[in-house]
Amino acid sequence: MAEKEVKLMKGNEVIAHAAIRYGCDGYFGYPITPQSEVMETLMELKPWETTGMVVLQAESEISSINMVYGGASAGKRVMTSSSSPGISLMAEGISYLAGAELPCLIINCQRGGPGLGTIQPSQGDYFQACKGGGHGDYRLIVLAPNSVQEMHDHVALAFDLAFKYRNPAMILADGAIGQMMEKVVLAPQRPRKTDEELRAECGSWAAQGKPATRGRNVVTSLELQSEKMEIINQRLQAKYEAMERDEVRYEAIDCDDADYVIVAFGSSARICSATVEMARAEGLKVGLLRPITLYPFPSKPIAELASRGVKGFLAAELNAGQMVEDVRLAVEGKAPVAHYGRQGGMLFNPDEVLEALKEKLIKK
Amino acid sequence: MKETLIIAGFGGQGVLSMGKILAYSGVMQDYEVTWMPSYGPEMRGGTANVTVILSDRKISSPIAHEFDTAIILNQQSMEKFEPMVKPGGVLIYDTNGITRHPVREDISVYAIDATSECARMGQAKLFNTMILGGYLKVCPVVEMENVMIGLKKSLPERAWKMLSANEEAIRHGGEIIRKIR
Repeated sequence: MAEKEVKLMKGNEVIAHAAIRYGCDGYFGYPITPQSEVMETLMELKPWETTGMVVLQAESEISSINMVYGGASAGKRVMTSSSSPGISLMAEGISYLAGAELPCLIINCQRGGPGLGTIQPSQGDYFQACKGGGHGDYRLIVLAPNSVQEMHDHVALAFDLAFKYRNPAMILADGAIGQMMEKVVLAPQRPRKTDEELRAECGSWAAQGKPATRGRNVVTSLELQSEKMEIINQRLQAKYEAMERDEVRYEAIDCDDADYVIVAFGSSARICSATVEMARAEGLKVGLLRPITLYPFPSKPIAELASRGVKGFLAAELNAGQMVEDVRLAVEGKAPVAHYGRQGGMLFNPDEVLEALKEKLIKK
Repeated sequence: MKETLIIAGFGGQGVLSMGKILAYSGVMQDYEVTWMPSYGPEMRGGTANVTVILSDRKISSPIAHEFDTAIILNQQSMEKFEPMVKPGGVLIYDTNGITRHPVREDISVYAIDATSECARMGQAKLFNTMILGGYLKVCPVVEMENVMIGLKKSLPERAWKMLSANEEAIRHGGEIIRKIR
């Protein structure tokens, strides 16, 4: 058979390839399991010799995120990656990026917590990614890939959305997706943006050197006058409302006639898609709603399913119950909403989720 | 066609690489594939395992609670994974270091003495491809020509000088595997 351009890669490795091919300007990071292959692959590929992309191992996560702040301030496409404890260290910087309305890409390849926890996969950082993590009223655009191909595709999507809204975007993956190998088709190489293109695109806000024709661009999250700060807050909220209106992404599998719907994201959603197959084989009408954007959350399609008469929702997550709160808010009491989860780096099996669905919703 | 396989043994036995060769072979055969490793602090001497799924359809879950085939390379893995072979499935094991042999009657059991054969040949590095050869003899899920491409693709260029020795090990593995029941 003729050799095809299909690669077999780990989720973490593909992040590096996708970033280079997208025309990313810089990566700043610090190693941590289970995502160290991101920087290892970048170092192996040496993009500074080809596209001119900077790859730098900083002395800490705090430095990494502030280097991202610096690069993003100049309108560059910059990124970092880490895993749960490392993201906690970056929390202050992430809040500042959101406050200063700087586009960038942050990858969290989650592991179990709290604290140093475990290096095995988890989805325990849903709250941190979607509800804050850092201080202040801000939101990240949060994408949840469920395959190696989506790890690849979400790099471009995240950068595009980040620049569209001038907002940090996060890919919320986990150790399972990061370490797993699957087939992937890589995007063609795009050139990095030239300085002229960056001036045309970001000249109104980025710190790129002040020409005589305009005033200074100041990148900051600080405003000491409350009247002015509130206007900034309102502008941020209007932006988040626009995201909630226009950027919700999800996948619905077998939901049309479903009596029960599992809501799951990322690696959990992969496992639960097998649960749906098993349930259907038993004659149970079960569907899967998979949020692709965790923020903005697909509340509307879930609300519509609840209004349509779905008898129960099961949020299956690798945590003690985080996304389930957003499912409950969307369902608004129209149907029972249960949670099934594993923690500590344990994954659930497809049959385990089906048992939980029967136990918590169908038998009741 | 769907083959859900677990390869389990000690770190350093080439468990993950064996899975990678098989996964790449599956890619060459146009199958969907997933390769899901146990990862972590385990290095040489610790436990290591990998779940490989090959399918002609989209693969839903990359993890499984039961396997069509288990390749078992140490005693701990025997305890853990023998019960997880589907009824009618296949268990392949290297007898070296096994103190409790497989007991199930509802599965096919094969033994391959690859550890001792590699020791006899003075070629410890060929252990995993020899096991792979035994597996492919019992479960010919991929064409041999695709295995050879998969082998080349999953090895770094510096190891290509070992290609023919590994090809020979795959062939030899097919000769020395024997059916227990």
